[in-house]
Amino acid sequence: MSRTQTIRNNKLDLYLIGVGGQGIGMLSEILIRAADYAGYPVRGVDTHGLAQRGGMVVSNLRLGPKTFTPLIREQQADMVIALERNEALRGMITHLKRGGELVYYDTSWQTLAARLGQEEDITADRIVAEADKLDVSVERVFKEDLEDARMQNMVLIGHLADKERIPGTKPEDYRQAINDLMRGSMLEANMMLFDSLVNQG
Amino acid sequence: MKELKDVMLAREAQSEIVIGNSALVRAMVEAGTRVVAAYPGSPTPEIAEAIKAIPRKERPFYFEFSTNEKVATELAFGASINGHLSTVFFKSVGLNVAADSFVQLSLMELTGGMVVVIGDDPGANSSQNEQDNRHYSQLSYIPMLEPATPQEVYRMYLEAVAISRREKMPIILRLTTHVCHAKERVSFGGWKPLEFDDKPRFSSENGPYVPITREVFPMKRRALNKWEKVREYASSSDLNRIEDNNNKKRGIITTGVPYLSLQDVLQDLDDDRQNKPDILKLGLVQPLDKKLILSFLKEHQEVKILEELDDVLELQIKSLAFDEKIETRILGKQGIEDWMGEYTPDKVARVLRRCWPDLLPKEETEERSLPISPRPPQMCPGCGHRSAFHPIKKALDKHDITVADIGCHTLGFLPPYEMGEVLLSMGHSTNTGAGLSLFNDERKVVAFLGDSTMFHAGLPGIVNAVFNDHNLTLILMENGTTAMTGHQDHPASGQNFNQKVEAIPVRQVLEGLGVKEIYETDTYAQDRLQEMVEQAVSSSGFNAVIARHPCMLKFTREQRRQGSYKDKKVKIDQEECVQIHECVSDFACPTFQLEEDGTVWVQDDLCIGDGSCLQTCPTRAIVFAEQGGGGDE
Ligand SMILES: Cc1ncc(C[n+]2csc(CCOP(=O)(O)OP(=O)(O)O)c2C)c(N)n1
Repeated sequence: MSRTQTIRNNKLDLYLIGVGGQGIGMLSEILIRAADYAGYPVRGVDTHGLAQRGGMVVSNLRLGPKTFTPLIREQQADMVIALERNEALRGMITHLKRGGELVYYDTSWQTLAARLGQEEDITADRIVAEADKLDVSVERVFKEDLEDARMQNMVLIGHLADKERIPGTKPEDYRQAINDLMRGSMLEANMMLFDSLVNQG
Repeated sequence: MKELKDVMLAREAQSEIVIGNSALVRAMVEAGTRVVAAYPGSPTPEIAEAIKAIPRKERPFYFEFSTNEKVATELAFGASINGHLSTVFFKSVGLNVAADSFVQLSLMELTGGMVVVIGDDPGANSSQNEQDNRHYSQLSYIPMLEPATPQEVYRMYLEAVAISRREKMPIILRLTTHVCHAKERVSFGGWKPLEFDDKPRFSSENGPYVPITREVFPMKRRALNKWEKVREYASSSDLNRIEDNNNKKRGIITTGVPYLSLQDVLQDLDDDRQNKPDILKLGLVQPLDKKLILSFLKEHQEVKILEELDDVLELQIKSLAFDEKIETRILGKQGIEDWMGEYTPDKVARVLRRCWPDLLPKEETEERSLPISPRPPQMCPGCGHRSAFHPIKKALDKHDITVADIGCHTLGFLPPYEMGEVLLSMGHSTNTGAGLSLFNDERKVVAFLGDSTMFHAGLPGIVNAVFNDHNLTLILMENGTTAMTGHQDHPASGQNFNQKVEAIPVRQVLEGLGVKEIYETDTYAQDRLQEMVEQAVSSSGFNAVIARHPCMLKFTREQRRQGSYKDKKVKIDQEECVQIHECVSDFACPTFQLEEDGTVWVQDDLCIGDGSCLQTCPTRAIVFAEQGGGGDE
């Protein structure tokens, strides 16, 4: 059986993590709809903390027929997708399975403890070092010339689509999902960015 | 773009990926619900967002955000006894506010039908406790349905409506956080708009509706009879169902989210079906279908009651087994941990391991240590509350007592501000503060209160402080909106859910309630606010400081929508910065980042260029960056 087949018959758990305000809701909506277009049974849940902004936010996404609850178990996610460096580390350690994949957008919003100088700042090298301990493969995503920070989530989406990180889920599935969720100038800007990211290779 | 409105109003049967809260609104439309009222609170605000997606002219029902949960409940009740199918929704603790009227509902003939939707929050994801509202069902004789998935939310609302209309009684639909927010493809039925009968059909002959003295007992008897009828009905419905794994030894009785978690955890033993316990999943969680439960007990040697939070099912099932002299071993809570937190799959695995150590395969999680601290929510860049706390802290002596209330400003209790040291519930602050002021001329008392909360539950306390001449300062954190729950309008916003209305200004309310000494300033004028607070706390009696600034998250979002947003930023002039660190350590806007060598820099992803930080730098090293590219839309 191909890897895609195996996953289609079982499950693929994607644990999304970031900081409130980074657009994790849209990231998760696009992924769940793209996977749905690719034919996966899908299930998900966003878990927001109290306020809108500034706290850790998580979204669970579960693909395949063998899921009941939308909640992913600790250390069992197949992939952690993070919008921020500190949260990438957190998500990997709490939820990624040994040998899983970490994909993260490399911006840093320091935790309060780091800003108060009580805690070491997390670097990209530190992420790799911690990942090695768990046999995790790391993909660092970053776009130098991105003008609007609110489109960092789309850079991640483009990366996942381009590399077909969700087996069997093609750029066209993502395009349909994006079309379902956006309109007007927002759609234009995001689609343009998406196209530029998937057409490179 | 796929419009949520089209999903809500489609005539044909359809399926769509939605969250539980949206599935509920579609069910309201299909059911012919006529009046809906609410007060915002997690995990329910997205219900109102789905309602908002339907333009008012096409909305088949009336909706309002009322000033609090009790008001909303009473409004829905009034509509129901006039013949309209009504619904009220709010968060878990909202039921405490509504309780005085809510507990009366079962005594009444609700001719139009009424569903009470409660968003409980096991795990206290966004609440001040994780109270188990199943107790309220027992207390009030109001039956309770509990869905586990968005599909069940849709289905059970329709079921609740059917029972409610048939028996003319209220029904509770109990959602929990991860049912409200769970996403899946939900299949909906078709919708044929009804011709509504708008005739006001209230008649005391449908009653009695006045439960005084001798009327109480026939009304209570009727309520209890209806309660028993619903119990009977359960046997003929499929709300409760058994999953037979042919296990004579072990069974599990469960509901809602714990049921889903259980299913996931039991997959670990998929190959060995012999072991898999039978499952009785309850959808009607109160009253219990005794017959079904008794037969399930009799068929097993051991039955585990897998329930989140309190031992509501356990106590009833044990007493049932006692009465019927059943020998089955009933396994309930095993220690305090079992009473706490959401029953996620991880939690359910732990609970089951304790109960039946041989059931699940060996625990596979490894010890891992996390090198970073938790990231709790915090006030946004530009938040007016931050600009208030910073000078207020300076105005007070460190022994003074600050009383928090509920809202975004509660976050002031976190370091480095540590403003607002005690919290009960919405609107408590003035009154807890008044209590703290008694026999106390040593430590000043300051209470914080949000503007939405003032209208919700704050008014009686303010009147009390004037009436009984208490000695404290109330600081009204006015940001023009109900920020924490997602920017719902309130009476001082100048707009309700449906239209523009005349605002009821906070200051006029205070004056009208008899508050004589009132100060008022925009919080960005930090020095001015500091002086005002110093003055207020040094005068005696009750006074109020209105600390005003619009919610900047709402403000910048609106600007972005209108295309008038200017992309401004601040930056650190490294020549001027001598690393005093007031910006990171005291003012603590999350925009400021600290390097290990002490350098401070501005995270442009976060900065909104509001400039409230400029005044906090002793060497004026925070400056506006050169103007960027202007609006970004
Ligand atoms: C009884 C009750 N209902 C609803 C809530 C949910 N809730 C949390 S904060 C808040 C309102 C806060 O608004 P406001 O007082 O204006 O303060 P802000 O967040 O705008 O600073 C609400 C309704 C609650 N905690 N308790």
